[in-house]
Amino acid sequence: MTQEERHEITLVVNGVARQARVPARRLLSDALRHDLGLTGTHVGCEHGVCGCCTVLLDGEPVRSCLTFAVTVDGRELTTVEGLAGPGGMSPVQRAFAECHGLQCGFCTPGFLCTVTAFLRDNPSPTDDDVIEGISGNLCRCTGYQNIVKAVHRAAELMAEESE
Amino acid sequence: MTTRLFGEKVQRLEDPRLLTGQGRYLDDLGHDAVAVAFVRSPHAHARIRDIDVSAALDAEGLISIYTWEDLPGRLAQPLPLLIPHPALTHGRTAYPLAKETVRHVGEPVVMVVAEDRYLAEDVCDLIRVDYELLKPVVGIEEAAQGAQLVHDDVPGNLGAHFVQEVPAADGRGAREAIEQAAHTLAFRLDIERSASMPLEGRGVYARWDGTDLRVYSSTQTSTSVRMAIAAKLDLPLPNVEVIAPDVGGGFGVKIVHPWPEEILVPWAAMTLGREVKWTEDRREHFVSSAHERGQVHFVRVGFDDDGRVEGLEVTILHDHGAYTPYGIIVPIITSTQLLGPYKLGSYRVEFSSIYTNTVQVTPYRGAGRPQGVFCMERTMDKIAQYLGADRTAVRERNFIQPADFPYDQGMVFQDGRPLIYDSGDYPEMLRMLKELIGWDSFERRPGVGIGIGCYVEGTGVGPYEGGHVQITSDGRVHVSTGLTSQGQGHETVFAQIAATELGVPIERVSVVTGDTRRFGYAVGTFASRAAVMSGNAIALACRKVREKALRIAADALEASADDLEITEGVVHVKGAPGAAVPLATVAVLANPLRYAFDEEAKRATQFAGTASPDLPPVAEGEEPGLEGRDYYSPVRSTFASGMHAAIVAVDPDTAEVEILRYAVVHDCGRLINPMIVEGQIHGGVAQGVGGALYERMVYDAHGQLLNASFMDFLMPYATEVPRVETAHLETPSPLNPLGIKGAGEAGVIPVSAVIAGAIEDAEGIAIDRMPISPSELFHLRG
Amino acid sequence: MKPPPFTYHAPLDLGSALDALAGAGARGKVLAGGQSLIPLMNMRLASPSHVIDINRVPGLDTIEDERGGVRVGALARHSRVERSGPAPLRRALKLVAHPVIRNRGTVVGSLVHADPAAELPAVLAVLGGSVRLASLGGVRDVAAADFFVGPLESDLRAGELAVSAFFPGLPPRSGFAIHELARRHGDYALAGVCAVVTLGDDGRIAAARAACIGVAATPQLVELEGGTPAELARAVQERTDPEGDIHASAAYRRHLVGVLAERAFTDAAREAAQ
Repeated sequence: MTQEERHEITLVVNGVARQARVPARRLLSDALRHDLGLTGTHVGCEHGVCGCCTVLLDGEPVRSCLTFAVTVDGRELTTVEGLAGPGGMSPVQRAFAECHGLQCGFCTPGFLCTVTAFLRDNPSPTDDDVIEGISGNLCRCTGYQNIVKAVHRAAELMAEESE
Repeated sequence: MTTRLFGEKVQRLEDPRLLTGQGRYLDDLGHDAVAVAFVRSPHAHARIRDIDVSAALDAEGLISIYTWEDLPGRLAQPLPLLIPHPALTHGRTAYPLAKETVRHVGEPVVMVVAEDRYLAEDVCDLIRVDYELLKPVVGIEEAAQGAQLVHDDVPGNLGAHFVQEVPAADGRGAREAIEQAAHTLAFRLDIERSASMPLEGRGVYARWDGTDLRVYSSTQTSTSVRMAIAAKLDLPLPNVEVIAPDVGGGFGVKIVHPWPEEILVPWAAMTLGREVKWTEDRREHFVSSAHERGQVHFVRVGFDDDGRVEGLEVTILHDHGAYTPYGIIVPIITSTQLLGPYKLGSYRVEFSSIYTNTVQVTPYRGAGRPQGVFCMERTMDKIAQYLGADRTAVRERNFIQPADFPYDQGMVFQDGRPLIYDSGDYPEMLRMLKELIGWDSFERRPGVGIGIGCYVEGTGVGPYEGGHVQITSDGRVHVSTGLTSQGQGHETVFAQIAATELGVPIERVSVVTGDTRRFGYAVGTFASRAAVMSGNAIALACRKVREKALRIAADALEASADDLEITEGVVHVKGAPGAAVPLATVAVLANPLRYAFDEEAKRATQFAGTASPDLPPVAEGEEPGLEGRDYYSPVRSTFASGMHAAIVAVDPDTAEVEILRYAVVHDCGRLINPMIVEGQIHGGVAQGVGGALYERMVYDAHGQLLNASFMDFLMPYATEVPRVETAHLETPSPLNPLGIKGAGEAGVIPVSAVIAGAIEDAEGIAIDRMPISPSELFHLRG
Repeated sequence: MKPPPFTYHAPLDLGSALDALAGAGARGKVLAGGQSLIPLMNMRLASPSHVIDINRVPGLDTIEDERGGVRVGALARHSRVERSGPAPLRRALKLVAHPVIRNRGTVVGSLVHADPAAELPAVLAVLGGSVRLASLGGVRDVAAADFFVGPLESDLRAGELAVSAFFPGLPPRSGFAIHELARRHGDYALAGVCAVVTLGDDGRIAAARAACIGVAATPQLVELEGGTPAELARAVQERTDPEGDIHASAAYRRHLVGVLAERAFTDAAREAAQ
């Protein structure tokens, strides 16, 4: 029996440098969830379609199930656990609650990460922009209508709070 | 009772947890558990000649390998047939691990336990199973011919055959009524296979401490999984606890129990003395978790010059896949709920439930109703077209009228009870829908069409649910019910009910569902039953607790209980706010054991009075504590209803269908939380759009599922789902204390009928098979 | 759905990358964006023994003007090219999967993956571009027409790394358009057409090229003389012979090619006239 080689990596997750010892094939989604215990990032398909596992890599949303943890050694990651600030939930999180933008909540972390980056780049989006922005994330519960509403509401909250 | 919370758009109590990554889904638990993976059959039909594990024995991380031969006692028996029916003469269920024969691609053959899932999959790759291939049976009609058999001892592949008939008032049978009608039509309608497809697959995590077994399962029924595990593993029921943690969607597929993994994983945990976890991956979900919807329908209808249906005959071929663990619920629902809001002159329905070498079929949201509604609504459209009448006018002429309730359809429903509609107002609902979509002002233009679909949905089927409510000495209200949650917002709506019934702020109410440690008796979450069943049970339990609280408070305040009310968690004399005692104090008073653990207990002594030395501290008929338990068990289901309309545009060149508008009028009785009900409708419609235009399970002639990935099973994204416009009608149910009806499945039910009608209207081509792709529509154009 | 084990190489310069690739031979795979490779590995449809992760190799994330066009480096992500690449690529990239995938996926990776239903190989083909392949033995440029060999098969040989792709600019009085039809937004297209037209002095289409997506084993290139968009579309359609699958029949695909080609030629001609 040969032992699979392990690699020492450091992931800076939600501002904290975390070490892990992983095989090269460890998916970033599994490294976050099982090696670092950050189970807020979910796994829905493991072939890059559903978007549940979306996290921010140096601020940009990426599929953590289509990324090897070793590839992002040393990089900065933000997961759903890192979206809230010291003052509580982020505008995006609050807007999802206010607009009933989630039901079972399984796809929600992926949406929250996607939308957080989307609104940073498009602070006052049109309806079409929003739909395009979330078009890579599947939700089986909500029919998306309240998610779209939540994105607009989050944009409003962010605008109000930056005044 | 204050109505401040019941009926309000209260924000969900579960959201802060789910929005911050603090939800606890199955795979978030059991960090140190070892992992299970399965070798699943790559063939649709084969005999297992040999299983060779020798190449795997040296693999890194291997803990154990199990085949059917390793299974002890009842675990080696076929899985239970949960819902027998006299018509299901040839029910068959699978073994937890295949014994001798595999009957669909994906059937589990070998269970591997390894240190982690990666290593477990490596081991699976090293196990060699030698199969003798048998001819697969694929396709309902091919299977019905019975040339090849799925089960050697089931001739004609016929699992069940069932006929129900409601004769005309004058005693004529439906066939006779059709023959003698002024007009008759006959046609065939098809609905293809689809699946629930929650974004979280199934999963099981088990811990054994030598005496007690604790199992977490991503299930829609923890209480029944518990009973199944106790029975299969021969354990005393009190030594088994099953908990449904946060569940990432169910939509029906997780009501089946026990899934093989739900008994195999606990057994492995006991055998190995280790925590064991299995998390289903997406590919497994496609080929091992249940599908639904696939049915062929042959319809004959006779009607008069006004379009009144004098007789309807429907013959159904139902594809139930390789096994029938859930009985024949789906075709029974199709055949009964097909009737919708209509009173027909006479009706005959016959179904044959057929085995095929495909994944087993059990309910998916709507559970046979989308197919039934597709039949009835296509029939109404065809009658209207034949007569040159407005499609809504024909429907209206066949409606059950408000004065007709309760209306007995003369059939037996899925719960074995008479199919009697309790309440509704279908003419008013149609009026509202026509106004909402602008039916009468719809402007006809090329490539654009409008469609409508009506349905009635039996919701809140029995036999029962229970609720337990406890007020503790800190004034908090702890509610528990046995059924489970998969995103419906039960923590919120049940808290709304409890807060309203008890007169406490909702922040003080917490709700636990699906945890057998808290509540042992339950049925489960399916059939749009949770709000009706547990909602009413919790209300009844709250009323017991309230009565006790008022009795104790009356004693303490030296007032009559009739003069008391509870607001903001304080019991007080009506009109005399000074004479008051908080529920927290009442909770202390309810327990004669009063160690002063907290300030509340100390304070309560001022109300305690002097106990009589001649009476027991707990009076006869009393119990310590401020808590209550009650059950709600309805005589029969309550019937929600709805009507949808859509306007679609069809591209003249590419045959792409775009939904321009989608309108819903919905009646689920009294609304507990309109925000949550609307969310249920939105989600249901989105799944309906998937079923109408995108989603299908494509099997080839070898029984291989060709589209077992999210790349090719086309669940709609935000870009494919229309905005849904909603309006609500509220006809309270007379059957239950809260006057509510179920809402969970409603949105999905009529969508295929509506979209088919709208495409037909736009194109002038009969649409008799759903889902429909641009490619198929292109070919229909000829 | 966990990938099989492999030996991981994370070279810090091109030379080490090529060394590693040479050592791995046919059992090696290059990892750039991973958006095509990793799904295949998760499904265990690909099991490379060696993965050469080029993400740390400097100098590959370039988008540079070069005489007559733009050269896109192996680590230029779709999202960056979508913002600052040449116009045809920018437009095509909007149709490639979803924004989150485009944040990671690379243009060159998509070309090497050589999926006949993908947009970028067709863009490279219609523009007459090329792919630059490096190995220890040297560097070679392969024209699009020779690069795409079959479905998921390119001319890339064992030990070679696709270091960049060259997308030529359009000639004067020329326009580009891409039209496709996908079942869902962002899905691989059922069929698609990339078109380039050049107008004559009379303002009519004097020359036209189309590369068809999803209708043949490789991006199917059709070169035509002048004509109206409808005539050109018919000519393209006549030369395609697509296959059917679970999403669309062969006849429907062929019909779509005609519809989409006409739309693409019309739009390209409009752009050329501007």
